[in-house]
Amino acid sequence: MVPLEWYLSLSFALFAIGVVGVLSRRNIVMVLLSIELMLNSVNLTFVSYSYYLQSINGQVIVFFVLTMAAAEVALGLALVIALYRVRGVLNVDEINLLKG
Amino acid sequence: MTAQILFFYFAGVIIASAAVAVASPNLVYSALSLLITFIHIAGIYILLNAEFIAAVQIIVYAGAILVLYLFVLMLFNPKQERRYLHGQRVVGLFLGVVLLALMLFATFRSEVLEAKGNFTVASTRVIGHTQAIGEALLTDFVFPFEIASFILLVAMLGAIVLAGRGQKRRPTPSAHMPRQAMAPQARAGEGVGTPTVGVR
Repeated sequence: MVPLEWYLSLSFALFAIGVVGVLSRRNIVMVLLSIELMLNSVNLTFVSYSYYLQSINGQVIVFFVLTMAAAEVALGLALVIALYRVRGVLNVDEINLLKG
Repeated sequence: MTAQILFFYFAGVIIASAAVAVASPNLVYSALSLLITFIHIAGIYILLNAEFIAAVQIIVYAGAILVLYLFVLMLFNPKQERRYLHGQRVVGLFLGVVLLALMLFATFRSEVLEAKGNFTVASTRVIGHTQAIGEALLTDFVFPFEIASFILLVAMLGAIVLAGRGQKRRPTPSAHMPRQAMAPQARAGEGVGTPTVGVR
């Protein structure tokens, strides 16, 4: 029997790795990938609490997080493609104009 | 005991491959190591008796989302990252460690109140995990379910509008225009002389 704290520690470590990725990577696609990592850690927290509290609500919320992740990826990558077409850059530090 | 060994295997691979995904300078390598992370998270879901979530994790994350990322990465042919702020990697690592310490502190200092529901492992084995999730999704959560479908519709339309914009405004025959304009001079043996109309 694996205690709940181990699952929570795993998912928090994953979240911290995602935060480090968002803070230190400069490619915009890598920033989006790190956000995916953080969403996965949130899913892991929901499922482990759902198992230990014996309630299915957490697993249903995981579905909505999955839906949001799919929508975020589609829109985010479409924005990246549009941005690359207009400005030709993918570096977050170089994207500093409101009007392209 | 078997569950603990499996947990340590999955957790070790998840942490290692996520670290590789964040730290690798090659973007395709990091996307592929994120694939390993997603598949092992599905293994953790199976340990937690959530088989349907594990299947959805593999299908949606490893199958759809990561393929989209790889497609975009290979479309762009990304070069080496340039950094404008010095010491950003150190500061990011420090803030991540501080956040992890705070969350672990909160985890081991708090306790879960014993208010358990009726979704036990035995009841899942009777009716099946997929059916249990389907019943909850279409009875208690039917309004968020409709909102989620609307969000997917908006995302699809937005992606089509954003990524397909500007496709018609691109002048198509521009690559051939200078060569056609220079063709008479080249035939006369003059070389490239004064630019005529149409030569940029």
